[in-house]
Amino acid sequence: MLQKQNTLDPNKWIDEYADYLFNYAIVRVNNSDLAKDLVQDTFFAGLKSAKNFQGKASERTWLVSILKRKVIDHYRKINSKKGQAEVRMNFYNDGENEGNWLEERVPQDWNNASEKAIENEELKSQIDVCIDNLPEKYAMVFRMKTIQEFETEEICKELEISASNLWVIIHRARTQLRKCMEDNWFNN
Amino acid sequence: MFKRLNITCDEATKICDKNQYGEITILEKIKLKIHFLNCVICKLYTKQNLLLSLFYKKQAEACKKVHHCLTSEEKEVLKQKIKEVKT
Repeated sequence: MLQKQNTLDPNKWIDEYADYLFNYAIVRVNNSDLAKDLVQDTFFAGLKSAKNFQGKASERTWLVSILKRKVIDHYRKINSKKGQAEVRMNFYNDGENEGNWLEERVPQDWNNASEKAIENEELKSQIDVCIDNLPEKYAMVFRMKTIQEFETEEICKELEISASNLWVIIHRARTQLRKCMEDNWFNN
Repeated sequence: MFKRLNITCDEATKICDKNQYGEITILEKIKLKIHFLNCVICKLYTKQNLLLSLFYKKQAEACKKVHHCLTSEEKEVLKQKIKEVKT
């Protein structure tokens, strides 16, 4: 029996796949302009390499695989950005106190730690502000894991990082976020 | 052997963060419990972390309801650009 051969039809790409690809990109990079650029780059790259399309995968799967590379490229770029503000230290880095809390970063009791705030719109925007204040790499991994609720394995595969690397990033992001929320919400 | 179970606050809070996603091992759990015996700060961190997780979870729920789409104008612009590249 002949296997169905998939073909490419670039004239239909925008109408059929643009929204899907845009949504795919935005849940990962959380930035609408950037997501748009990635989708556009994906279509351009697709046109350029259309001759290499073998028809084994569906058109959409093929386009997504291109977009996946674009997302990894973006992650690598923000990961290696020179002079990127590292997340602020919370623990002693070396010496006999290595791994202990820095005095000025020790968690404080919270004045206003009520669960009832959960429906509060201001709380939600404060969380967003604090996440946006993180270095981009930390924000991206934290959002994928915590807000988009991706499996650890999935994130590691998509960004080509190890699980231990992921947990270090999550840890730094969360300690930093905790401090930001403490200063701007709980003890404000 | 017991020395290996001793961890720093940095490691303890890292385990605690991982635990927010239910992904710690039994050994990590033991290390964390032992650390708590001597460290009220990390215990407080853990308590506060639970509340934060609750808030983040709510944020996640709201986020999942949104389906992002391009506007038709944005699509037209894209189509035009693709046409230019093709020719």
